[in-house]
Amino acid sequence: MPPKQALTPSAGPPPRDVVAAIRSVSKVYSLGGHEVKALDNVSIEFRQGDYVAIMGSSGSGKSTLLNVLGCLDRPTTGQYYLAGQDVAVMDDETLSRIRGRYLGFIFQSYNLIQQLSVVENIEVPLSYQRPPMPGGRERCLKLAELVGLSKRLGHRPTELSGGQQQRVAIARALVNNPHVILADEPTGNLDTATSHEIMDLLDALNKAGRTIVMVTHENDIAERARRIVRLRDGRIESVSEVRREALPVAGLTSSVSPG
Amino acid sequence: MKFLQQLRLGFRSLLLHKLRSALAVLGILIGVTAVIWLVAMGEGVSYQAQQQIKDLGATSIIVRSIKPAEESSRSDSNARMGISYGLLREDFERIVTNVPTIGRAVPMREISREVRHREQFIDGMVIACTPDYFGMNRLKIARGRAISEIDMTSYANVVVLAHEAAVKLFPIEDPLGRAVQIGQEFYVIIGVAAERSAAAAIGGSLDARQYDRDVYIPLTTFRVRIGDRVFTSRAGSFQLETVELTQITAVVDDMKEVDSTADIIRVLLQRYHKVVDYAIVVPKELLEQAETMRAMFNVLLLLIAGISLLVGGIGIMNIMLATVTERTREIGIRRALGATKGEIVQQFLWETVVLSGTGGLLGVLFGFLCGPTVNGVRFGVRASLPEVWAALPPNIRNLEPRLAPWSIIAAFAISVGVGIVFGIYPARRAANMDPIEALRHE
Repeated sequence: MPPKQALTPSAGPPPRDVVAAIRSVSKVYSLGGHEVKALDNVSIEFRQGDYVAIMGSSGSGKSTLLNVLGCLDRPTTGQYYLAGQDVAVMDDETLSRIRGRYLGFIFQSYNLIQQLSVVENIEVPLSYQRPPMPGGRERCLKLAELVGLSKRLGHRPTELSGGQQQRVAIARALVNNPHVILADEPTGNLDTATSHEIMDLLDALNKAGRTIVMVTHENDIAERARRIVRLRDGRIESVSEVRREALPVAGLTSSVSPG
Repeated sequence: MKFLQQLRLGFRSLLLHKLRSALAVLGILIGVTAVIWLVAMGEGVSYQAQQQIKDLGATSIIVRSIKPAEESSRSDSNARMGISYGLLREDFERIVTNVPTIGRAVPMREISREVRHREQFIDGMVIACTPDYFGMNRLKIARGRAISEIDMTSYANVVVLAHEAAVKLFPIEDPLGRAVQIGQEFYVIIGVAAERSAAAAIGGSLDARQYDRDVYIPLTTFRVRIGDRVFTSRAGSFQLETVELTQITAVVDDMKEVDSTADIIRVLLQRYHKVVDYAIVVPKELLEQAETMRAMFNVLLLLIAGISLLVGGIGIMNIMLATVTERTREIGIRRALGATKGEIVQQFLWETVVLSGTGGLLGVLFGFLCGPTVNGVRFGVRASLPEVWAALPPNIRNLEPRLAPWSIIAAFAISVGVGIVFGIYPARRAANMDPIEALRHE
């Protein structure tokens, strides 16, 4: 498609400091006979240390974008470069390995495994590393300490509060030292105070150099990020930089920046 | 390490639903226990039969007199003469002289008579035999001596008592050297045989045999003191029977010659007996039949076992399908965190193997309880229902289950195999879920 090539001038593998890049990605579902374009020619790059919030109403394609970024879904057309490789064409097994190696997931409903303890939940991604990561258990304990749960290592998810569960999930998302952390409405199930605790944690991780891509529909949460990408009908509607110094301290008031 | 982790994870996940898992385990447990128990019982029965047949001697051929149907008996023209049937001393001579493959042959005559010592008496079985009889039937003499050639040639009034008979007739005194009365005659006790367990009926051709009422006297003595003609009273009427020999036991030197020798004897007897008033029992043939029976029995048992394990397997599959549906979310999480389809299949297969393996192990454990349980039931029945006990055939009363190592290994292996076979479908179903859908699952 030569005309579209012009829109993405840097065809081929992206530069080194770009950890993830999608190029003219479309995703088409066929629902009840007619085709629905969930993503329509979307291109976006994430650099090392990026902190991006993806916003949009339901049906805007933000979930689909996150699924593509998370290697859970393959684009219908276009490329997705992750760690220098085009993963859009990879088979299921390789994609699984890519997820396990380069990505960390944080979900709205925490998604911890109920029969496992805190430390075992943190450990889960390690059991799918090929080759195995050395020093796994110590790493889990360190991360548990980082998220402030070192006293609850043996607890089950049901014995923890929502905020604590999300902390476990964050530790789990870090355990494989991922290139990108993908967070899907990480505060969606939490009260305001806890939400801010969790966001403080994510902020700290970003300051420490982690690349975070987060889907949210809450403006005050989105404004914690450095960039906000707004989607509408499967297209990127706007990309805006957030001025950090303008961030309100309490974070309760939100500034709506129209497209 | 990986193996232990998988095993632990399997146990953990199954402990989420203790009752459900326990029921699935129970299904396999029952199957495995059933296999082990049934095989053990079968082996016990066939072992018993084989032992009894072996006791008769694998190289021996037994020819027994049989009373033919009334109208066809030989020389029955004179009713007062009674009937005359069975093996003749001539037959014995003919067999011994004409069949070269026979190493030894022993004639025997038996009759039931009251044996008395003062006020003690038993309904004894008088066995008139030659000295060879003891060796051939593996009868051991506990005290004193067996019947000798001299006893034979001198028509001596001597007797060897079976262990039980000796105990009954001489509860206190030493029987050796004392006399017992058989019919009108007195016999001096020269020996007491060692204890011997009863033999059960074999294939209808040989009656069950208790040895404990036996008293042994020289064949020659029998002929002169008791004679071939015997009065029997049956249903109130007396009958005169003339039988020369009750049984001829021939032992062949070479196992391979047994069948042909039996054929020769059969032909030989056919020529001189118009009526078939004898039966030829070849223990070797019985042994072969018993082997075939055992093989058939085992096939049947394996079939039953297969069905019960199949049912157990279906139970496991049912539970795993429910588990997979319930844990859809977990599957989605694991897939998102890097698990390949293969690893999901492995995880769920491990769970089914843990289920079926646990069932298998417990089943083997219960399998080992077979012997004690049978003994317990036997004791219970004997103590609480003596009439039922008495009515049971000796085969059942004396049944000792024999655990077959192969059945234990096979049952366990099959149970694990069932786990794998019936686990594959649920595990594949788990692995083939779309991770996005799975994560969205409530």
